[in-house]
Amino acid sequence: MKTATAAMTANSSAPIISVCGVNKTYAGGFQVLKKIDLDIKRGEIFALLGPNGAGKTTLISLICGIVKATSGTIIADGHDIMQDYRAARATIGLVPQELHTDAFESVWATVKFSRGLFGKAPDAAYLEKVLRDLSLWDKRNAKIMTLSGGMKRRVLIAKALAHEPTILFLDEPSAGVDVELRHDMWRMVRTLRAQGTTIILTTHYIEEAEDMADRIGVISKGELIVVEDKAVLMRKLGKKQLTLTLRRPMTGIPAGLSAWPLVLSDDGHVLVYSFDAQEEETGIAELLRTLAEHGIEFKDLRSRESSLEDIFVSLVHRPKGTQE
Amino acid sequence: MNIYGIRAIYHFEMARTFRTLWESIVAPVLTTSLYFIVFGKAIGSRMGDIDNVSYGAFIIPGLVMLNLLNESISNASFGIYMPKWAGTIYELLSAPVSWFEVLIGYVGAAATKSVMLGLLILGTARIFVPYEIAHPVWMVAFLLLTAVTFSLFGFIIGLWADSFQKLQVVPMLIVTPLTFLGGAFYSIDMLPPLWQKITLFNPVVYLISGFRWSFYGIADVDVAVSIGMTFGFLMTCLTFVWWVFKTGYKIRH
Repeated sequence: MKTATAAMTANSSAPIISVCGVNKTYAGGFQVLKKIDLDIKRGEIFALLGPNGAGKTTLISLICGIVKATSGTIIADGHDIMQDYRAARATIGLVPQELHTDAFESVWATVKFSRGLFGKAPDAAYLEKVLRDLSLWDKRNAKIMTLSGGMKRRVLIAKALAHEPTILFLDEPSAGVDVELRHDMWRMVRTLRAQGTTIILTTHYIEEAEDMADRIGVISKGELIVVEDKAVLMRKLGKKQLTLTLRRPMTGIPAGLSAWPLVLSDDGHVLVYSFDAQEEETGIAELLRTLAEHGIEFKDLRSRESSLEDIFVSLVHRPKGTQE
Repeated sequence: MNIYGIRAIYHFEMARTFRTLWESIVAPVLTTSLYFIVFGKAIGSRMGDIDNVSYGAFIIPGLVMLNLLNESISNASFGIYMPKWAGTIYELLSAPVSWFEVLIGYVGAAATKSVMLGLLILGTARIFVPYEIAHPVWMVAFLLLTAVTFSLFGFIIGLWADSFQKLQVVPMLIVTPLTFLGGAFYSIDMLPPLWQKITLFNPVVYLISGFRWSFYGIADVDVAVSIGMTFGFLMTCLTFVWWVFKTGYKIRH
């Protein structure tokens, strides 16, 4: 019993998805993914960020079995996605980026189809719950073609959840959906996570990733340039800025302040001081003293921390080889 | 084996048939009825018997085959082409189903539909022309074998096609002419000697000949050869589909 418990604990601490040395080169010779190594922890919300064409969707498609890797291995919930594809795929649900639906089918028929396709016995009560949770129950007999874009997105989520997956991929789920649906969807994602589902999402709304994710991966030009706990990433790479609105404009930064990382705005009214959020001593007090010594007065000051978006932009625009 | 997966695909495809009942069933039955009226009644009444079978009855197996081949191909090709076209194939590719299970679902549904249609046409023919079936078990066997084989062929066309036009090319430009020239409306004995030899390169000759034998006990070619040729085509199609799924040709990049 003890051994079984230990094994279970070890198993639950093992990554639910493990991507090792995965490369993908398309027939034309374009290498879309370059030696990707990535572990997804069980039960986390992992946000995969990257500019358009970075390889996010290809990586998801590889893990889901839609695209074949050129080399490397992928393990999903302990199953090799090639050798043991049945067990691996049965654990995964995918909400694709595009609204691919069976336009002429009813909502009920399409979710029923998805459940069966993934090898699950019919369970009307479960499917009803999924549709109710997604506010689709009233539309269960409607043809998909009659639904709005937001409703179609919900249908895709319902289809992905129809076979009770333990891993859910959401490929840009909030693209083109209204605020209400976005809120509903994220509420549902949090509920799923609370129930133990591992969620991997891609999004262009970085504030959503900042709000939702436990860990962040940034992919750029086919390379995974950073994978980090969100809080750690923001602490490590985040900067703070102190912005001072000057009482009198300056034409330049005085020589006595040249040692400080200060930037003067073009009109000379605003002075910006950037400092490392991780440092214990921010240097603000000393800067303010030095400014006073130089007779520089200000009428307003405010500080702000880098958002995940700032960090993301700085990461993807960094010259190659300077990643941390 | 993913039985639920097979059932899901099969039911999904059959539901499409019943949703499009008019196009799927009624239209081919109506067209065939017109054939019987024109060839069986109007023209057939002025033609002599062929091998002691009235012309109206003689063309029944050929007409059933004509519909069976076209419907099997179009049902199966459309079935697999639609998810490719609509993009919903992502679900099939990411599901825990093997290529063989996918095949059973799509080909099984396409074959079921065409067999239903074949039987319906036989029933319709009864209204216009009296006929008997000498070997009913063999008739059903030929019907099933042909439906499965050509549904498989249609499935391949659906995988290969990347436009709706291409879906129509093979049935319209190859299968229909081969069926018309394969003895649907005549016995190949009626052709000049050279054409009798050339026509043996047409695989549909063997299907129609075998099927007609199951009705009237008369055949243009040996029944064993007919069965062998159909099985050979079935195995060729199966091998090709296996290769498609193994290599991901046109479906999994």
